[in-house]
This record gives sequence, C-alpha cells and structure tokens, in this order.
Amino acid sequence: MADLRVLVLRAAGINCDEETVHCWRLAGARPTLMHVNEVLANPATIDDYTIVTIPGGFSYGDDIAAGQILAQRLSHGLAEPLHRLVERGGGILGICNGFQVLVKMGLLPGGDTRRDRVTVTYNDSAKFEARWVRLAVDTDRCVFLKRGTHLEMPVEHAEGKVVTAGDGVTNDLREAGQIAVRYVDDNGAYDTYPANPNGSVAGIAGLCDVTGRIFGLMPHPDRAFEHTHHPHWTRRSNDGVPDGLTVFQNAVSHWTSQKLFKPLTEPRP
Amino acid sequence: MAQKSDDASVYWHIRVRPKTPHLDGHGRDMLHEIRRIGLGHIEGVRSSRVYLLRGRLDEAQVRHLSEALLTDPVAELGEVGSGLVHRVDKHPSIEVHTLPGVMNPAAMSALEAASRELAHGAVGKAGLEEVQTARRYEIIGARDASELDRIASGVLANSCMESWYISGFDRSDSLPTELAVPPAGTFALKHISLIDLDDEGLARLSRDGHLFLSLDEMRTIRDYYRDLGREPTDLELETLAQTWSEHCVHKTLKSAVDYRGDDFGRAGSTQQHFDNLLKDTIMAATKRLDRDWCLSVFTDNAGVIAFDDELGVAFKVETHNHPSAIEPYGGSATGIGGCIRDIMGCGLGAKPIASTDVFCLAPPDFDAARLPKDVLHPRRVLRGVVRGVRDYGNRMGIPTVNGALHFDERYLANPLVFCGCVGIIPRDRVDKEPRPGDRIVVAGGRTGRDGIHGATFSSAELTETHADEFSHAVQIGHAIEEKKVLDALLLARDFEGGCLYSSVTDCGAGGLSSAVGEMAEHLGAVVDLEQVPLKYTGLRYDEIWISEAQERMVFAVPPEQLDKFLRVFANEEVEVTVIGTFSDDGKLRIRFDDVTVGELDMKFLHHGYPRPTVSATWTASGKAADQQCEADADAASNERLLAALSDWGTASKEWVIRQYDHEVQGRSVVKPLAGPGIGPSDASVVRPRYDSLRGVAIGCGMAPELADVDPYLMSIAAVDEALRNVICVGANPEHTAILDNFCWPKADTPESLGALVRACRGAADAGVAYGLPFISGKDSLNNEFSMSAAEAVRTGLPEQIAIPYTLLISAIGVVEDVSRCVTMDLKDDGNRLVLASAPYTSVGLAEACAMHHRVAELIQSECVRSAHDVSDGGLAVTIAEMCIAGNLGASIDVSCDVFGSALLDPVTTTYVLEMTPADADESGLPVIGRVERLPKLMIRWDDVDVVALAVDELAKAWRSSLADGGGGSDG
Repeated sequence: MADLRVLVLRAAGINCDEETVHCWRLAGARPTLMHVNEVLANPATIDDYTIVTIPGGFSYGDDIAAGQILAQRLSHGLAEPLHRLVERGGGILGICNGFQVLVKMGLLPGGDTRRDRVTVTYNDSAKFEARWVRLAVDTDRCVFLKRGTHLEMPVEHAEGKVVTAGDGVTNDLREAGQIAVRYVDDNGAYDTYPANPNGSVAGIAGLCDVTGRIFGLMPHPDRAFEHTHHPHWTRRSNDGVPDGLTVFQNAVSHWTSQKLFKPLTEPRP
Repeated sequence: MAQKSDDASVYWHIRVRPKTPHLDGHGRDMLHEIRRIGLGHIEGVRSSRVYLLRGRLDEAQVRHLSEALLTDPVAELGEVGSGLVHRVDKHPSIEVHTLPGVMNPAAMSALEAASRELAHGAVGKAGLEEVQTARRYEIIGARDASELDRIASGVLANSCMESWYISGFDRSDSLPTELAVPPAGTFALKHISLIDLDDEGLARLSRDGHLFLSLDEMRTIRDYYRDLGREPTDLELETLAQTWSEHCVHKTLKSAVDYRGDDFGRAGSTQQHFDNLLKDTIMAATKRLDRDWCLSVFTDNAGVIAFDDELGVAFKVETHNHPSAIEPYGGSATGIGGCIRDIMGCGLGAKPIASTDVFCLAPPDFDAARLPKDVLHPRRVLRGVVRGVRDYGNRMGIPTVNGALHFDERYLANPLVFCGCVGIIPRDRVDKEPRPGDRIVVAGGRTGRDGIHGATFSSAELTETHADEFSHAVQIGHAIEEKKVLDALLLARDFEGGCLYSSVTDCGAGGLSSAVGEMAEHLGAVVDLEQVPLKYTGLRYDEIWISEAQERMVFAVPPEQLDKFLRVFANEEVEVTVIGTFSDDGKLRIRFDDVTVGELDMKFLHHGYPRPTVSATWTASGKAADQQCEADADAASNERLLAALSDWGTASKEWVIRQYDHEVQGRSVVKPLAGPGIGPSDASVVRPRYDSLRGVAIGCGMAPELADVDPYLMSIAAVDEALRNVICVGANPEHTAILDNFCWPKADTPESLGALVRACRGAADAGVAYGLPFISGKDSLNNEFSMSAAEAVRTGLPEQIAIPYTLLISAIGVVEDVSRCVTMDLKDDGNRLVLASAPYTSVGLAEACAMHHRVAELIQSECVRSAHDVSDGGLAVTIAEMCIAGNLGASIDVSCDVFGSALLDPVTTTYVLEMTPADADESGLPVIGRVERLPKLMIRWDDVDVVALAVDELAKAWRSSLADGGGGSDG
C-alpha cells in the first residue's frame, strides 16, 4: 500500500478525532493527529500531507455559530497552505462539524473564499437528532464517492440543514456535480422527513468543490466502519465493506493511483 | 475578565437576526416551548443574538466584526449601532442578559474571536475590552406584559443567572447602558461565635448558616473548638459542614443500626445489629464474592473491573436530584458533567466511553393547576433534564447509550436524576497516591460564586422557599472546558516516560474543600487561596474554598514533573495553577495572602463526626408480593394490552434517545433502539477498543413499585432486572458487576431506616446469589418536600411528600465476542418463541441464578435469534415490543400452568427467546408461540383467544404517550 499521509486536525471541542484516525488507518492511509494550534504555529506542516481532515464535534463550543471560530482560525492561519494543498492535487475532508467549518471558510462549495452561496443552519426540527440515513451519490465529481452507490450511516447533529442563497445556486451546484451526497428515502425522494432529517435544500447531505477533492458532509462515515455499526446488523449477513469505510477507501485508491500527485516535501521516515 | 473602563472606551452593539422566520430555528424551538406552558395563542417568536461590545472601536471596525465574523451572509442580517440600547421592535420583545458575575462562555469565545478578527482584518488598530452576549425575542400574539414575564421566566431565561428586559404594552424596561462589573471584595477574616453556644444556639447556627448539621454534630464541633480554646473561622465551619454532609460522607448508610422486624427472604422476624450498614451488607457481598477481576471497589471516584489483560473498565453513577428540581437543564447537565469528572478522576484518569441516565418523575399528565408553589411541572422537568444531558454529553463527545424513565406522583417535587459514566483505564493506571511535597494544582475552569453550598443543599429537604434561598447552588455547565481538561489529562497520564502526576480527583460537591481535603486525608496540605484563578473579583476566601464551579480537577504533581505538566495543559488551552503543597503533618492549612484562614486536623475532619447507633424496624404492611395467576380470560384483552403499552413507564423513549448522540466514538454495537420497527433494547453494548471484538454491556434495573410492599424484594427485583438486561444482549453473567444508587426520603425514623436496611440486605443477598459484586455506589437522602397547610389543601397533596424508596442498580458486563450479541427485534417467521422463566419469588435465588446462566449460555452458543426480558408490562408487552421492533407478527399459545403469572403482570427472572424450531426443541424450554410473517399479534391464554392486534396498532399505542416529551401543556 502506498504511503498516503493524512493530517487529522483536533481542536478544543472536536470529539470524533479518534474514530476518524482509525478509519483512515483501516482504509490503508497513514493518518497523523495534530492539534490545530501546533499546525497554526507551523503552517507549512500542511505541505507534508496529501489530505487534511476536520473531524466532527463542537469546535470551540460552536459559539457564535457552528464551526465559525475554527473556520476563522483556519482562514486566518492556514488559508495559504490549504490552497497550495488543493492546487497540487491534495484533498480536504470535513465531517459534520468539519463540514460546517469548510462551509464557513468558503472552501465549500467555493474553492474560493466567498461565503455567501451556501450555509448550514438549524435543523427544521430545531433540535439535535440522531438517526441513520440513506444517501445517494449521483455525481462522479467527488473522489471520495462512487456514482450510483447508496450509503447508509448516521447523522447526529442539531445544525445540519444546508441552505443555499437561492434556487439559482442550488441548480448551479447540481449542474456542476457538487451536490456530492443527497438524503433519499426508499423511493428515491429527498424531501421527506425523516429520510431527510434536517430539511436540507434539495436533500443536500454533503458538497464537494469543483475539483471533487474538497468534500464535506453532515453524516458520519466515521461511525459506519464496522459491520456491527449498522443498526440492523443482527439481521443482516456480514458481507461487503461497511458503507462509511468506503468513503475513506475511495480516497485512498484515488490518491494512491494518482501518478500526478507529488507531495511538496518528501515524506519523513 | 472585566476591567476598569478606559476613558476612550465606547459601547457598541451588533444584533444578528435570521433573514426569514423559516431560518429561525431557535425561535421555532422557543415558540414550541412557550406553547407548552399554556400559552397556545402565541403565534410566533423571532429570535436574534445581540453582541454588546466595549472598547476603543470605530463604526467601521464594528461593521467589520459583524460582517466577517458574527453574521452568516446567507442566513442572517447584522445591524450595528452605538451604545448598548437598540431600537424598538415592531412586536413586543424580551431581551435576556447574563447577570453580572455569571460566567458566560459564549461571551468569552466571542471576545477572543472578535479580538482575533480585529487584529487580522485591515481595519486599523482597535482596543476591544469586553464582549457580552444577549438574546432578544420578539413575541407575536402576546396579550399583555405579564404574559411576557411569564414567557421570560418560564422559557426564555433562567432567573438564577439571567435577567430580562421587556418592551411592549405598558412596559418599557430600560436596557443597561453599560456593562456591569461585579464589585471588588475586601479581605476580612471572620470568626464564628460557637464555643459558648447552648443547644438552641447551635441548632440556630446550623439552620441559619445552611450547615445542615445535627445537634450532635454541632456539639462535637463546639467541643473540639473548646479544647482548642478558640472560635472557628467561617471557612473551617463550612469545611466541616461539607465534609460531614450526607452528600460527602454518607453517614446514614454507614451508621450503626439495630434492626428489629421481618426476616430477610423467609417468614418470621429477626433482630440484627449492623456496625456499619453499608459495610456489613453491600460491601460484604463484594468481599464475599472476592472476584479477581474487581480491580478497585468502593475506594475511588468509580469502581473498576478488568476488561482484558491491559484495560480496566470504570463505572460510576451519581444523582443530581436537588439541583435538577430547581433548574432541570443546569442540574442534569452538571450532573452528567460531574459524573464524567468522576471517571476522569478515577485512578490516574479513565477515558469516558459511554454515559447513562435514569429519571424518576411524576406522570407527565399531572394536573398543572395542582402544582405546589415553585414546583416545576414534570413535563418541564423531563424536557429540561433531557436537554441538559443532551447538551453536555453530546458536546463532550461521549455517547449516552442507556437509561430508563420511571413515573410516580411522589416524585413530583423531588425528581430523581441519575447520571452514569463508563470509562476505560490502563490497568497500571488504577492506583494513585499523592506524596508529601507534591504540588496541589487546579486545572480547568475558573472559580466563581456558582454552586456554593451544593453539598449541604443536596443533603437537605426541599421546601417551598428553596428555589429562592438556594439559587446560588445552581451550577452552570461548560462542556467544552471539560473536554479540554479531558484531552490534557489523558496526554499527561500517557506521557512518554510516565504519568506526570501522582494523583488526581475531581472538584465535585464541596469544591476545593472536598477535593483537597480528601486527597490530603493521610498527608496534610497547605493551600494559598489567593492563587486560585477567579472568574471575577469580589469572591471571599471561603467562597473560593467551597465554590462548586464546574469543570475543575485537582492534581498532585511532583515538583520535578511540574514544568512538563504545565506545558501539556497549556498546549490544550487549559488554565492550570499551583495553589499549594501536600505536607505530612496531618493538618489542613488554608491561607489567603499569607493569613491563615483555616487550620483543621485531618483526623477530626474525616473521622471526628459522631456515629450514633440508630434503631430500625420493618413489618410488612400485609400485601403479599406473590404473583397470582389469573386463569380467566379477563387476564388480558386488546384494550388492556394497548393501555399497558402506552403506560408512561413502558412507552417508547425514542423522543429522548434520538436527542442523544449515542454513536460518537464509533464503539456502538447494540444501540438503545433496535430493529427496523425501532423497539426498546434491553441494554447497550459498546466496544472499548477498536482492535478487539470484546465489548461491555450496560444496563439497569429498578423496581420502586415494590417499595411499599417490601424494600427487600424491591432490591432483589432491581438486581434481577439489571442482570436480565445485560444478559439479553450477550453479557457474561460471571463477569458482570453492579452499582447501587439509593434515593431515599428522610432516613430519620425507625421505619424509613428499616426500609433502608431491608433494601441493603436485598441487594446484598441478590448480589451474592447471582455472583454480582458491587463496585461503586452512592446515596441521596432527604428527598422530601414540605409545604404549608394552605398549599396542601389547595393542591390536594400531603403537606409532606416523600419519594418512594428507590434503588437503581446499574450493571456492566463483559461481552466476550460482540459478533454474538443479540437484539430484541423478531428476526424470521417460523422461528419459535421460548419461555425461559424461574422467578426467584417462587423458586428462590439459587434456581433463578441457574436460569440466568442458562439463558446466557444459549445466547453464547448462538442458539438465540432475539431475546427480551419480561419486565414492567408483563409477558404480553414483552412479546408486543419484539413484534414492533421486528415488524413481524407472533402467534402465542400459553397457559397458566406454563406461565405462573397473569399476562400483563410484572414477573422476575423471565425471558422470551426467539429460536429456530430445532434449537427450541433441543433447549427443552417451553415453546409458547411462533413468529409470523403477517404483522399481527395473536395471544391465546388457557385456550381462549384474548388478544388479536395488528402490529401497527401496537406500535401506535406504544409510541404515542411520550412522543414529543409527553405532549400537552404544563403551564
């Protein structure tokens, strides 16, 4: 297995770092967990990695707004190296709070730093809700996903409703293949509760940028990496890769088969 | 944090509001809550956040803050104005501010972030000095200003820590024009006149000083100071009151008892003497079982059992009843926060991996007009405590995986809130011992006036005036602070080269007084209180010492490790401060600015309290607990089954469970909700380590309905249920430990103490018989409420309401291989339903134990497809729940001869197992039915068809009661 280096950030209130690191390891990558303060003290650290991951949690208490303070700190301190990372073919994954951070930074859906197209806000139910959802992938834009697949994993959040600045933005995102994952029910509809658990516009559960290499989603692939994670595992056979793990595996196979990509720095032994 | 205002400082405000009502999730949430307090005519709520700024700032800078940081450009609009007062809204409004001196984490975050934003943006040099946050609500459809007050006090604000300003109708409260600064205090050492007091004076001092000490105890303290020839300082008296409080020392459970009354587990009467009730019953059971996998029992903040060769599992359950009665949200949040700190402070620190919560409340449909003054409606308590556990547990990143709800009208004024936490700890980190010379280091949140007198308050009876008198005892939680402390603690524990500290404990009830007092019990300590970091100026030395401000831990750090220790915590943005040194002279010395403000002998502090022998008695009131088998067809019917399913205690808890993150950390194996039909799991299973298939099952049992019959039987029933629950999911009963949490009314009469003796004996007897060692426990007494005669007449309630005797048993069992776990949802049509039943009430504890083990073996050998225990609602409810969870039907044919109880009566030691026909045959257990593809439940009882219901109907009845927290209005 090629040596795919993944930087997993942690910060005050981030609480899904351990399982996220574990998922990358299971998928065959080489993850490193690092406090955001350490990275901010030495921003060029990013240059050692191919993928940066922002796990879920309640960074800085979600004070002001969900993900806002971590987004501010990353925007101020790491905008340049993150830009370089994507420019040279690397990727960024944000899960739950990490997705909120990427949206608040303007990295999603943007690719630039404009924050006025999409936001993530309170669920329609206005409260925290935990349930398993079914996701449809109908784009081949995103390197973390495979078009035509369906994924099952849990959502666990109070502020996961994706809102766009208007139908025009929604359509643009759809046409650009940036609506990476959508909530769907058994009939393929994306606007029924609880299949769409938070009222997200167009059933948007996750977005990618135009390169397909920045990906964020509200659901938790990091809680669906074992057969025994599925709520109905005691009534199903144990075959196939757990859905959450495929997200990490797809990324590993994308980057390890990429001949073009070269880290800025040689990996340390 | 607040500093003296600079001359050039000015005030600004930024108000951020959702662009459309549709985007106003918080407003919708509040509207929902407002309608629930009997104001169904309110049409809408528009919420906004207000940031109040002070500093040397110009308008462009404030606008920059609004646009770049505080306002979401897609969903929100920001308005900027000078001064703190902003323009009048179209609709009547309520603005909620934090009281001066109350910690406001959101404001501190906003100040940091805004300062960073100003430094980063190209907006010139600015001097931001302070940020406060407020919330503003426009209320649409209110009828008058008094309604706005009711909305503010009942839903929007917490008067313990917030004030509100109303604008509308005839009211236009003036908003503050500057940010208040708490007054600075001056130091003055205070002595209390004690040594010349007579009994009457002692009693008055105990009462007026909120010491809650008995006359005997007050006399002992007086005599101690007479011998010393001086008066105590206020701090010394407070320290003694806290250390000797029921909450901290559990003196009732440890008292010497002469018992006379009914025998235990057999007919006739008996007389017994207990030197120490707890030690002679529950702790003796553990000692007698002598399991080598018990690593730490009854000595630390939590009990620890072995998980595998490397790891132990710690488990602790706490109650937080009194604070939750007054302020359910804050009470339960700090309840779970405190229990998590117990796990963090267990050994040299365990890592929390799961939480539990159990609530005992009055029925949600209690008539609101009959509520005694200052008692909150049970629905409001329920919603508040669920929100509290949710917000704290979810933020900590600890899954809340197991719990229960019990309902009884006698919990009306004394709701019970049990919070539990499970952690994992390396086996070589279980032991700890501070050493003389170690530095006393406090880490985490700052100390404020919040939570003062919590320990003594928890040890008192509640009255109508408590809400006012003890508002300062309410604690305020800040989960992110605790998460940071946890991150730092684990790094320091696992530091390369060895743990950086020699001991740790949490600052719980009693604050520094308890934490330092306990750690230094066998050593001694010198503490310099002026070193303790404060949230604001003006705290007196005794307030610093006893404050129960949350999210603090105390460490004993060897001087040579101090630098590394401080660095680890600084990297995690956790404040740490050296406040003293452990000594070896057996004295606790407290100083403030070099003046001694307290000096106590450790031996007197920890062992000086008088231990009188108390009398206890119990005679059964007559009602036999034996189950009667009703052979007639009325034993069950469609109507009775539906009613049983919608009973508050039985009904689906999905509304609660979905608000909890029960999967964070990725360890979940058996979740609290099971099957495609979303049924109730008996227990939860988590996998402590990713590289092993070993798991732990977590369950609980409780039987307060037997409290009036016989607390001895109540305890056995609770142990039996807890064991059944963990066995059902696959735990090994020979590697299962239990915890006891007693909640009692006052234990000051022979009858009440007799009940306590019987409960202790019942728990101990069951523990021994089933091979379940107790590893940790806690008790909460004085759960009573008194009201005036007039109020009693008005409400139709007794002047004195005592809770039923309550014992929660929590179980933790090791699962050898989680891939063999079983859930309770029916799996396949054609399978047989098998009855595994040996109620100890009929066959005795030994045979009951054999049945528990039999079921566990069947599950281990993978002969069981689904398993569910028979509990409150009886056999019919158990099978109905299995049908609901599996979306499958069942046809049952059972008789009185096979099943010795009525279909809807609770029984003990009974399971329903789904097995293939062959496995069912081989098991030799009675087959009582089969699983049907058609989702319909048919029950034939003694050859009469008594139930025929579609699973949809069952599910509807089961789900309706507690949907949305019990529905209806509780104003």
